Amino acid sequence: MAEMTLSDARVKASARLEWVLIAIGIVALLAAPFFIYPIFMMKMLCFALFACAFNLLLGYTGLLSFGHAAFFGGAAYFTAHAVKVWGLPPEIGILIGVIGAAILGLIMGFFAIRRQGIYFAMITLALAQMFFFFCVQAAFTGGEDGIQGVPRGMLFGLVDLHKEFNIYYFVLVVFLLGVFAIWRIVNSPFGMILRSIRENENRAISLGYSVANYKLAAFVMSAALSGLAGSLKAIIFQFATLTDVAWQMSGEVILMTLLGGIGTMVGPIIGAGLVVGLQNSLATSDFPVTIATGLIFMVCVLIFRRGIVGELYARVLNPSGSDKG
Amino acid sequence: MTDAPLLSVRGLNAWYGESHALHGVDLEVFQGETVTLLGRNGVGKTTTLRSIMGLIRKRTGEISFDGKDLMRMPLHHTARAGLGYVPEERGIFATLTVDENLILPPVVAKGGMSVEEIFDLFPNLKERRNSQGTKLSGGEQQMLAIARMLRTGVKMLLLDEPTEGLAPVIVQRIGELLATLKQRGMTILLVEQNFRFASRIADRFYLMEHGKVMAGFPVGELPDRMGQLHEVLGV
Amino acid sequence: MTMIFGIPLQAFLGQLLVGLINGSFYAMLSLGLAIIFGLLRVINFAHGAQYMLGAFVGYLLLVHFGVGYWPALLIVPIVVGITGIIIERLALSKLYDIDPLYGLLFTFGLALVIEGIFRYYFGVSGNPYSVPELLAGGTNLGFMFLPNYRGWVVVASLAVCLGTWFAIEKTKLGAYLRAATENPRLVQAFGVNVPLLLTLTYGLGSALAGLAGILAAPVYQVSPLMGSNLIIVVFAVVVVGGMGSIMGAIVTGYMLGLAEGLTKVFYPEASNIVIFVIMAIVLLVRPAGLFGKDA
Repeated sequence: MAEMTLSDARVKASARLEWVLIAIGIVALLAAPFFIYPIFMMKMLCFALFACAFNLLLGYTGLLSFGHAAFFGGAAYFTAHAVKVWGLPPEIGILIGVIGAAILGLIMGFFAIRRQGIYFAMITLALAQMFFFFCVQAAFTGGEDGIQGVPRGMLFGLVDLHKEFNIYYFVLVVFLLGVFAIWRIVNSPFGMILRSIRENENRAISLGYSVANYKLAAFVMSAALSGLAGSLKAIIFQFATLTDVAWQMSGEVILMTLLGGIGTMVGPIIGAGLVVGLQNSLATSDFPVTIATGLIFMVCVLIFRRGIVGELYARVLNPSGSDKG
Repeated sequence: MTDAPLLSVRGLNAWYGESHALHGVDLEVFQGETVTLLGRNGVGKTTTLRSIMGLIRKRTGEISFDGKDLMRMPLHHTARAGLGYVPEERGIFATLTVDENLILPPVVAKGGMSVEEIFDLFPNLKERRNSQGTKLSGGEQQMLAIARMLRTGVKMLLLDEPTEGLAPVIVQRIGELLATLKQRGMTILLVEQNFRFASRIADRFYLMEHGKVMAGFPVGELPDRMGQLHEVLGV
Repeated sequence: MTMIFGIPLQAFLGQLLVGLINGSFYAMLSLGLAIIFGLLRVINFAHGAQYMLGAFVGYLLLVHFGVGYWPALLIVPIVVGITGIIIERLALSKLYDIDPLYGLLFTFGLALVIEGIFRYYFGVSGNPYSVPELLAGGTNLGFMFLPNYRGWVVVASLAVCLGTWFAIEKTKLGAYLRAATENPRLVQAFGVNVPLLLTLTYGLGSALAGLAGILAAPVYQVSPLMGSNLIIVVFAVVVVGGMGSIMGAIVTGYMLGLAEGLTKVFYPEASNIVIFVIMAIVLLVRPAGLFGKDA
């Protein structure tokens, strides 16, 4: 029992630490557009939301999806199409993107949850690749060109999203709402069950939970929230292309989560910030981004599996490092 | 017995993950002896064998065998030092035939039996040499698990509950087999719940409790120790 | 002209041959993946990159050292196998005790690095590798024209697959491999150097991918991207076949290649995705895969 209380204390301390980080983070994000290019900040926020949505599945349900690009990029296509071709306002366009991603998630999840672990990863990868080929051939995606020149439009008919500050704070609000939703899911009774599935699937089954349904629900939620991030991206950058549905994108979101800390609330956000920042700084240099991405992957897996935030927790909460590994 | 023991274990501690399973085991086995570890379930008999073999790496203390320090060896060197292991679950490979199972363990020293000699000893294995290993009956699998160690030329066998779950007639055959091996000079460390079986072939006993050896005595003292054994073993 | 299902026989057989060629590569690659996974419990995401590496090593040998196809057929698997051995010793061997997903992630990163390096130096366009003189031209089989090199690829891959199967199922070394796949600790306790076996197995799997790469070089263009799309298809093949059986991996590879070829004849739009569709159907009907033992 002594061990139990010790770990309870650790959980509480880690929760406090998270609150401090979150408060600092929100203030920084509110002030950011005065110091940093809003477009860069918005890109970070999009990917941060994407990584958090992905982490809902990997970090809290224990499922490694290698196909989340389908939801991110798929929603970007749906939103871009709805806004540009159907002339719908951005909020409805985003809603369509999210619903589309959720439906995609339902279909992919239906197949993928039939296998576990490494097979789950391969199946999601293959299904996302199938969706990629669909996007290459389907008429509405514009093939290699993608959908260009998507209007940002007037939010609720009132706010002109073409103004940088307007869209930045809109994106920030959506981001915070999205992350808050994930936080609520993780800390709800539903989230507890997801974690018990992650810890020991067989025990969860023997406790009478219909594990398959819980996994599918988590998969759909993660897909919908990833879709939210993709829809935002389509509105911000005013285009949707094959890049967003390609397998490399699925790899990127894994890297962001791994680098920041799997199973932490803040980790994926920091990881996304670092990866996007790195990509931006490499974009002007000669060094290929894929090599950098690959190297970070290898280093993280070999010596840094807890990620930045996970490592920080371990150091702060357990300075002796006695439970290393 | 003025010679140094073949196997000597001093102050052996071992852990399964966080759980501390052995608390300083001391034991010795001399050349040609058959020694039996007695004790209830969960006192650390199997753990002792696995730690000696090197299958449990989280261990401290001293283990020397035939003058070699087993603590520093990688797992695959233990067998080469001359120790053969017959696990409780027998460890017959399903994807290998009986033949392949038999010749799987590499020969580590001269003096082992040939395949033909082994088949003379185990005629029913010969009949089924092309069957899948796990298609054998439990008794045959146990025979195979012991037989495959005889080819390798090891000096000593670690046998974990060879009679568990087997019919009395098979138990008797295994008893005869161990007696034959003993006559040929094999040194044996046996973990056994079947006290009567053990008393027929062992030279000495160690009694284990709570991850420690609490007593050691030769077979001759057995009648005097029956009271203690009944108490400790609950038989 | 002879017609079959309303399609000229020539075109039909031509696509079937393309399917068989693709299937040869699916079979060789999924075979390597299955061997590596069986023993190391690692899904080798770098398998596609190693296939590309094989093709490139062959190409560079030819361009820079004038080493032709036939010697390359021997040198390439050795080179790629040695790189595999180095990777296993330096990195993969550190990951065996943790969740197998980390092995997947590590090899994913490795694939990105290998491909990134070749993209950096060679761009994304393909480099032609000509068919060796001995196998130039084609043979008229009466019912169709068979380019000799393509016939060779089918024969060679079949020989490689069956040879590997034989080595694993029928030899002493193969018995070590099978036993260690079941219970590596016990095999090591018997005195077999299992860490070395793991290293050699990864080397062998890598070498197989490299060999597939050099075989593929004259068929497809030698390009840094030739492996990355292929590996995803091969993953689907592996899910369909299940990784429990060596023969299963081989048979599934050829079957799905042929299925893809047939789809090109009847419904070309779906030829890219037919393997994924088959995967989805198999997941519904038989989640463990056609030859799978595990659920």
